[in-house]
Amino acid sequence: MKKEDVPQDESKLETANIREMYYAIDENGEYTTEVSTGWDPKTIALNNALEQIKERAEDAKIKVLNNETSPIEYYMELNKMDVPILASYAGFWQWQVKRHFKPSVFKRLNSKKLQKYADVFEISVEQLKNIKA
Amino acid sequence: MQIDFKHNQSAHCENGVVSNLMRHNGFEVSEPMVFGIGSGLLFSYLPFLKVDHAPVFTYRILPGLIFKRFAKRVGVKIKREKFKDPKVAKARLDENLKNNNPVGLQVGVYNLVYFPDEYRFHFNAHNMVVYGKENDRYLISDPVIEHVTSLTEKELEKVRFAKGTMAPKGHMYYPIAFPEKLDLEKAIVKGIKQTCRDMTAPVPIVGVKAIRWVVKNIRKWPEKVGTKRTNHYLGQIVRMQEEIGTGGGGFRYIYAAFLQEASKVLNNNQLSELSKEMTEIGDLWRDFAVDASRIYKNRSSQSDGYNKIADQLEHIANLEESFFKRLKKAV
Repeated sequence: MKKEDVPQDESKLETANIREMYYAIDENGEYTTEVSTGWDPKTIALNNALEQIKERAEDAKIKVLNNETSPIEYYMELNKMDVPILASYAGFWQWQVKRHFKPSVFKRLNSKKLQKYADVFEISVEQLKNIKA
Repeated sequence: MQIDFKHNQSAHCENGVVSNLMRHNGFEVSEPMVFGIGSGLLFSYLPFLKVDHAPVFTYRILPGLIFKRFAKRVGVKIKREKFKDPKVAKARLDENLKNNNPVGLQVGVYNLVYFPDEYRFHFNAHNMVVYGKENDRYLISDPVIEHVTSLTEKELEKVRFAKGTMAPKGHMYYPIAFPEKLDLEKAIVKGIKQTCRDMTAPVPIVGVKAIRWVVKNIRKWPEKVGTKRTNHYLGQIVRMQEEIGTGGGGFRYIYAAFLQEASKVLNNNQLSELSKEMTEIGDLWRDFAVDASRIYKNRSSQSDGYNKIADQLEHIANLEESFFKRLKKAV
C-alpha cells in the first residue's frame, strides 16, 4: 500500500482522539509509517459484531422476562462476556454460573453470591435482581 | 516521579513496547525489526476454539512469543514477574519506577478507559510501558496510541488483573542484561527461517495450509451454518486481519518493512525484491477484506459472492506458499 492510500475514513476512534498506525511505502518505494482515522471495511465488521452482542443481550432480556433465565445471563451479554470469562471474574466454576442462570436457583442465591455478580457488573444487587431497575 | 522515556507510536503493542524499551536502553531497533526477528508473522485457524462466538483466526504468533524469541536471538535477558496479590504487584511496580526503570506490563483491554467503548473487548494480551507516577496517576506509554496517557492506581490494577483467557496476573517485564553489540545479522536469518518454516508447515492449523482450510470452509459455511453466521465469521476474519495493531493487511506490511530493512543490514538485494512482493500480497489481503465486507454489509446471500472471496484467498495461499519457499532460500 502506498502512503497516500492509507485510508482516512470516519470511525469511533476519532471520538477518543486515537489514530492507528499503518506501514506503507513512500514515492521512492521506501517503507514508512502513516496514521489513519479508520477504514470502512473494518468499521462495518466491528459494527456488525457489536450489533450481534446487542442482539444477544436483547434476546437474553426477553428470556429473563419470560422467566427462562436469570438476569445474570443478561448482564453477562451486556458486558460482552461469556460463561468462562464471567466465571473467572466472579470466582465461580462454569457449571455454577450456568446453574445460576436458572431462575429458581437465582431466586435462592444468598446475598454474598449476588454481591459478587453485582461487583463484576458494577451494578447494585437491586439492579441485578431487577433488570428494569 | 517521571523517567525520561521517549514514546514512539507503533502499529502493534508488543513490538512497540520492546522497541521502545530497547531504545530507552540505547539500542536503536525498529518495530519491524523486532517483529521479523521475533518471527511474529503467521496465519493460524483454530475452528475448535471460539472467541466471540466465532472460530479463532490469527495472523500472528501467540502473545509474548515475539519478545521472547527476539530477546533470545539478540542476546537480551528479560526479567518477568507475575503476581497473585495486586498489592505486591503494585509495590514491585513502584519500586522499579523509583529505581528509574520503565517496565512493560501485560494488561486487559476491556477496562482500559482511554480506548473508545466500541473497541473494548475481553482481550488480555495488550502491552504498555509504565514510565512514572505523578499525583497517584501512573504515566503510561501505550504504543498503539499517538501520545502518552495516564491511569489511576485503581484503573491500572483493574487492567493488570483482568480475568479470563490469558489473564495477565499482573505480568511485568523488563530487560536486565544486554550484549555489548547487537548482532542483528544472525538474528535476522534465524527469524526469517522460522517464519518460513511456520508458514509452510505440514499441519492444517498453521500457515498456508490453514489459509486453504479457511478457503474450503468459506465455500461450505453458507450451507452448513447459514448466511448469518457465515457473515459473522467473515467479519471475525476481517477484524483479526485489520484490527489495531496489525499495521494493515494482517501484519504483511510490517513484515515487508522488515524485509526491506533486513536487505540493507544483510546487504542482500533479493530481500528487497521479496519485500515488494510481500507488499503486493498485503494489498491482496486488503482487497479480500473489502470484498468480504461488501458481502456482510449488504447481507447478500448469493453463494457466488462467497465463492469469489474464497477464490481470492486461495490465490493468496498460493502466492504465500511460493513466497516463503523462495524466502527460505534467499537467506
